[in-house]
Amino acid sequence: MDNTCISPEERNEKFLGKLKTRNIDVQACFQCGRCSSGCPIGEFFDLNVMEVVRLAAYGQEDRLLQSHSIWLCAACETCATRCPNEIEIAGLMDVLRELALRRGIAPTEPRIPLFHRSFLGSIRSWGRVWEIGMIGDYKVRSGDLTGDMRLGLRMFMKGKLKLAPQAIKGKAEIKEIFSGKGKEYDR
Amino acid sequence: MKLSYYPGCSLEGTARDYDQSVRAVCTKLDIELVEIADWNCCGASSAHMTDHETGMRLPIRNLLLAAKAGHDLLVPCAACFQRLKAADKALRADSRFWDIESYTPKFTILHVSSFLARPEMLAAIAAKVMKKLGGLPIACYYGCLSLRNPRITDARNWERPETLEGIISAVGAKPVAWSHRTECCSGSLTMARPDIAEKLVGDIVRAAARAGAQAMVTDCPMCQANVESRQATGDGAQEMPVFFATELIEAAMKGTYPVKQQKLHLVSSPVLTELFRDRTMTKEDSA
Repeated sequence: MDNTCISPEERNEKFLGKLKTRNIDVQACFQCGRCSSGCPIGEFFDLNVMEVVRLAAYGQEDRLLQSHSIWLCAACETCATRCPNEIEIAGLMDVLRELALRRGIAPTEPRIPLFHRSFLGSIRSWGRVWEIGMIGDYKVRSGDLTGDMRLGLRMFMKGKLKLAPQAIKGKAEIKEIFSGKGKEYDR
Repeated sequence: MKLSYYPGCSLEGTARDYDQSVRAVCTKLDIELVEIADWNCCGASSAHMTDHETGMRLPIRNLLLAAKAGHDLLVPCAACFQRLKAADKALRADSRFWDIESYTPKFTILHVSSFLARPEMLAAIAAKVMKKLGGLPIACYYGCLSLRNPRITDARNWERPETLEGIISAVGAKPVAWSHRTECCSGSLTMARPDIAEKLVGDIVRAAARAGAQAMVTDCPMCQANVESRQATGDGAQEMPVFFATELIEAAMKGTYPVKQQKLHLVSSPVLTELFRDRTMTKEDSA
């Protein structure tokens, strides 16, 4: 992180309010560093986990939403598990990713949210994830057409991939969930 | 005993043999599994990582179906288990926030290995073993989501779990002491950042080999697929097959491990087929 000064005036109160409603108490951090030292992906992060928590406590939403770290986080929950103050750090990462997507901020790791989009698209269509369809959709969206070709083929030959999708009966309920049920009260 | 059963999407695809072995083991143990009718995807990591509402409402639909059935709910997939637990906690804390008048079901959500590692289940498994696994050194690999975080999963020993060790000991294998039992394999990133997955899986597999393991065992379908598919091959790298815990139990109980089953693995180590070869051959000859 650079040495830029952060003024209390830059604090995004709305963001801090959102963390509060989700019981993510970033103010409880006393910077012990257990989160950063246990993070399995930490070496690939631009902001380390403790910096993410600290910037969140300062209300620095914009800086966080432009980081690589929020996308590279694998949601393994090691940080939240080991935090002596039980800060829901993995939950904080969830909030940051969702805000970045809702605000249309270009993700610094574009392929990762594209994967999530393809995954959720499959659930929206069928109620369950249909792996071949989901992977194909991701390949087209990301342009990564050749990556893992051999692996995919081997999985296919082993009969590990279900060939045809089957929609669940409650498709209408799934559609309702994806239509934003409950979100009218959210930001 | 009767349990509700939530297989989850992986167990219809890449981990369909996990589903088959869970069912086979339960049948042998006189446990009737009643699949939740018309279950939907739990949303997995992708939903809760990018869309909180959807990430909660998808598992909530399953919980309401399970609550109607009433039995305890058996879940083989670590990701499904964690998502169902998270939704269950949120509903019990404040169901009306999620537009549900009241939610007080009595069922428990069980991840398959903590269920099978109960003392009475271990005794039942050991009693039905036809062929022990001959002290095969195995690294028990838990990964993340059946354990973390414990405020969601209610796991008791999240840094030093023992359920898989108990299970493989009951079937006569030897758990090795090693370092990476609960390290993340980055399954949720494996498609978009295979480079990261290869690094993490490489570390995990090397640690298992260093401890003298000839195979790994897990209870997570994402870990199984990711660790088998992202380990380096060639150049003297030791190949490490990853078995499902129930796959080993089924083999020990039936006394055979079919070649057909081994071929479903991406890592073609014959360690288990060799162990069972004599028996398998005599069985096939007499059939």
